Amino acid sequence: MAVGKEIRVKINSIKNTQKITRAMEMVAASKMRKAQNRMRSSRPYAEKMQNVVGHLANAHPEYQHGYMQAREAKRVGYIVVSSDRGLCGGLNSNLFKAVVVSMKGWHDQGVEIDLCTIGSKANGFFSRLGGNVISQAEHLGDAPQITDLIGAVKVMLDAYDEGRLDRLILVYNEFVNTMTQQPQLKQILPIEPSEDKELKHHWDYLYEPEAKDVLDALLVRYVESLVYQGVVENVACEQAARMVAMKAASDNAGNLIDELQLIYNKARQAAITQEISEIVSGAAAV
Amino acid sequence: MAMTMHVDIVSAEEEIFSGPAEMVFASGVMGDLGILPRHAPLLTQLKPGEVRIKKEGGEEEFYYVSGGMLEVQPHVVTVLADTALRAKDIDEAAAIEARERAEKALQDKTSEFEYARAQAELAEAMAQLQAIKKLREKAGR
Repeated sequence: MAVGKEIRVKINSIKNTQKITRAMEMVAASKMRKAQNRMRSSRPYAEKMQNVVGHLANAHPEYQHGYMQAREAKRVGYIVVSSDRGLCGGLNSNLFKAVVVSMKGWHDQGVEIDLCTIGSKANGFFSRLGGNVISQAEHLGDAPQITDLIGAVKVMLDAYDEGRLDRLILVYNEFVNTMTQQPQLKQILPIEPSEDKELKHHWDYLYEPEAKDVLDALLVRYVESLVYQGVVENVACEQAARMVAMKAASDNAGNLIDELQLIYNKARQAAITQEISEIVSGAAAV
Repeated sequence: MAMTMHVDIVSAEEEIFSGPAEMVFASGVMGDLGILPRHAPLLTQLKPGEVRIKKEGGEEEFYYVSGGMLEVQPHVVTVLADTALRAKDIDEAAAIEARERAEKALQDKTSEFEYARAQAELAEAMAQLQAIKKLREKAGR
């Protein structure tokens, strides 16, 4: 009896899709845990960096570094951190939306914009829609390394050093929890002096060799560590978002299968009923 | 008991050491350093080399760092270790590479950002997400 063959085929194909989404969900869950660990283990460096730079801002060094001086914004640089792959819900779209709104704000003030894109999705988005992308990095994988970022960040820092950029803004997704990821726009340059309470007296570090050399090296690392932190956090967000999206997809597939199964059963029952009634009426006629 | 200070060795990717120590030895760019508690605030660059920590009781631990920064406060020493070998020309090469990648991707593209199109595209993506959400709510009922 070949009732509802199409429905059966459809059910099987949805079941296969469901297997894939379920597998992706589990993969994302385990990757998310690793990414969270990575996020946690990179935090001490970022915190220490923050401390040192915070001290510096209070230490009244004899040499004022360019990264600490605010200039009038004529040209703004964005470092946009996105994921390399899709299938992670609205993660990247939400981020790009936040970027575009902020970019539009600057644009309306007549400020020009340069971009540095990290991750294939940001690359794709901005090369499709235009935008002056001056550096990019992609295919960082699940365990991004700071080496992969040095080049891309250096282009932006060089531009800042040469006065071609007056602000540098980092855009990434903040990991709030598994269900929530929040697009973040963070100004990284110029460094805004932290308002520290305890260190009011004048003091300064001893610098070896020279204040300028040390500060140059330190502040470059500071910016890199901020970007790295953003990238690592974004990876955790990506996996969390993918996990949630794939869970939803699996659930939806389950609902669809239930519905189709019901239709299939009804069709089969209808066919049987019809056949019986045909036999009965046939027998009655004899 | 000898006086101790708190020592942290951290790299961008992980925390390497954290704990009290009596003395820290490191190779700065200007020469080797030995830091005792109550050292004056100091900020210096490190050469690739070892960092030696004399812990409480005289036990010593060695770590290799491929360069980095050393920050000294009277009772806190922080080593910000590099994970990558840093040199000016290596960084420069990486920067050129990043720039070239961007240029290649931007070939035959307009460099003026199209806000209208971007917003339209994002609005579409948002609408899709909203629709999916609605569908889900409906199915969940």
